[in-house]
Amino acid sequence: MTMIQALRSAMDVMLERDPNVVVFGEDVGYFGGVFRCTEGLQARHGRSRVFDAPISEGGLVGVAVGMGAYGLRPVVEVQFADYFYPASDQIVSEAARLRYRSAGDFTAPITIRMPCGGGIYGGQTHSQSPEALFTHVCGIRTVMPSTPYDAKGLLIASIECDDPVIFLEPKRLYNGPFDGHADQPVVPWSKHPASEVPEGYYTLPLETAAVARPGRDVTVLAYGTMVFVAEAAVAESGVDAEIIDLRSLWPLDLPAIVESVKKTRRCVVVHEATRTSGFGAELLALVQEHCFYHLEAPIERVTGWDTPYPHALEWAYFPGPARVAAALRRVMED
Amino acid sequence: MKRPREPLRLHVPEPSGRPGQHTDFSYLHLFPAGAARLPPIDVAPADTADLSDALVRVLDDDGRAVGPWAPAAEPALLRRGLVAMLRTRAFDARMLTAQRQKKISFYMQCLGEEAIATAHALALEPGDMCFPTYRQQGLLLARDDIPMAELMCQLMSNERDPMKGRQLPVMYSYKRAGFFTISGNLATQFIQAVGWGMASAIKGDTKIASGWIGDGATAEADFHTALTFAHVYRAPVILNVVNNQWAISSFQAIAGGEATTFAARGVGCGIASLRVDGNDFLAVLAASRWAAERARSNLGPTLIEWVTYRAGAHSTSDDPSRYRPADDWEHFPLGDPIERLKRHLVALGAWSDEEHERTRKALEAEVAAAQKEAECHGTLLDGHIPPLESMFEDVYAAMPQHLRDQMRQAREAEAARRAGREET
Repeated sequence: MTMIQALRSAMDVMLERDPNVVVFGEDVGYFGGVFRCTEGLQARHGRSRVFDAPISEGGLVGVAVGMGAYGLRPVVEVQFADYFYPASDQIVSEAARLRYRSAGDFTAPITIRMPCGGGIYGGQTHSQSPEALFTHVCGIRTVMPSTPYDAKGLLIASIECDDPVIFLEPKRLYNGPFDGHADQPVVPWSKHPASEVPEGYYTLPLETAAVARPGRDVTVLAYGTMVFVAEAAVAESGVDAEIIDLRSLWPLDLPAIVESVKKTRRCVVVHEATRTSGFGAELLALVQEHCFYHLEAPIERVTGWDTPYPHALEWAYFPGPARVAAALRRVMED
Repeated sequence: MKRPREPLRLHVPEPSGRPGQHTDFSYLHLFPAGAARLPPIDVAPADTADLSDALVRVLDDDGRAVGPWAPAAEPALLRRGLVAMLRTRAFDARMLTAQRQKKISFYMQCLGEEAIATAHALALEPGDMCFPTYRQQGLLLARDDIPMAELMCQLMSNERDPMKGRQLPVMYSYKRAGFFTISGNLATQFIQAVGWGMASAIKGDTKIASGWIGDGATAEADFHTALTFAHVYRAPVILNVVNNQWAISSFQAIAGGEATTFAARGVGCGIASLRVDGNDFLAVLAASRWAAERARSNLGPTLIEWVTYRAGAHSTSDDPSRYRPADDWEHFPLGDPIERLKRHLVALGAWSDEEHERTRKALEAEVAAAQKEAECHGTLLDGHIPPLESMFEDVYAAMPQHLRDQMRQAREAEAARRAGREET
């Protein structure tokens, strides 16, 4: 399966399995989503389970919170992560706090899917990576898969989770893995082992990272598209890096990070999002707090620049393999 | 040829009455009791345009119930309603005093608005869900299954606070009573109510939702999303706009009420809409029943603008004498909801001045006893607050490791803080 098919399969499985699951968003129903992620679901499960919604992100998340309070398990799609901002109040002030402020009287078991990330000439409002705006919010979980297999297992786990989950989908990975080499032809998922996805129900645990590539010299903390960029950077730099795919950004798998950094004694953090106060800053702080006496070099971070995401200068902005490889070499020199 | 033009001028609405002046209430656009027609519950939303600009009233100036909206209501039910309003007012008065005595940190009364929530509560059925603001305590105080002392424990953030001291006073949550957890963020609950109603429809249930918002908060985006979604999905929901003329210091004109009504917004969005005398218990009961029946019959949402007046200060942190006439409520043409229902019941021979006084005193005693009971479990003054560990619970369904770590750190910091205090 491609990541699109895997995500669709996850929703199909959960619609079948749990009568309280409903799927809705802009263009999600009849048309099957602008990325085809919900294609066929309305025909299979009916309009009262899978339906189109008005163009109102605040409305989408607001009704989802109300449905969650009733006892449903809504799976909402925000068409692009760049467009979640109108729903900020409902996400931060409501979904994230419902359980806490009501002492468990009401809960918000909702999943908000958002295609995110750049590398597609999406310009300013089709490329952003707003994960740090969610990881800072107490009460929500932020998840981002990098493969079809993970996408399905993590989405099913997110839908089943009783906490609100922001499920970020790197749209650059929808049809195939992408290592940052825009000049080379895209390889479809069918050539990648992680496209082997079981048809039925399975889950992957949240708060569990995966070792995408074992290594000895340096730990790379990455997620989404950057997992493949880091793999390419390893090949180009010759540095035997261990690549950790976080999968769950927050709450995260701290033991996996600490174990790896204590082994390699070096760390590079990579994300597409802008640098200042980005999620990388939290990762740097955690590694510094937990691995200080094991570190042999300053922790590096390779990120998007502190600018809005540009159109023409896409590849000068996108943290590609050359920039990651340079960082890997730098930490090895110290 | 260019014509010389006057410079453009920005229009900033102002209330007619400021401190030391008298409010001209003619802007309210009032109608006599009995004048508004009663449409069938399957009325087309567009055919309620006249009602969104009229005023549904039942009680006339002599306390008689007149016109097509006069509800079939036994005197016993109305007596219950009057007691619920008196109970709400007694509770508010006592809690206002408790705030001044620093037994609670904050309070918000609903003085003058008691009819709306208490009569509405009588029109709903068990299992329906209200999405209230912070000024619908009448929904809870109209019930006899919620101990008053429990509400006060929330206000005191004490050891028995069902919200575990996490919420500001008045931000109650009572799922079992169909009372959704109150948020400090205005308007958010209005669209959530629509979602709850949609969920009930998705499951083929028969329960309905009732969303609440004030006049000022209608300017928030969630007001508009709620109307759109309620209309699009024909959600079984009552959308209540309590127009008490004031949003803290802002007159309702600054929210967009000048030369229009909030009910008219509903019609514009394709929702059947009513404008109702919010100080007329019988009108509130009748309109609420009408809207509930409409929603429960799959006929879709109803928007109701309740015209009332915020008689008290916005909150215990507010001094209304700085922005409006001190005697404004005395001149508000729709009067006091308690006095009006009392007059009706007395005229029916179902109530008397003596019974009124006796009931008022009994309720004051009930409130005082409840306060005594609540204070047994602590107040802000004496530090009997929920345990430190409870601060970290319920952020997530299960406590993640980082919160377990922080809980341990907080315990150590708190122990050190207490030790330091004991030394000095």
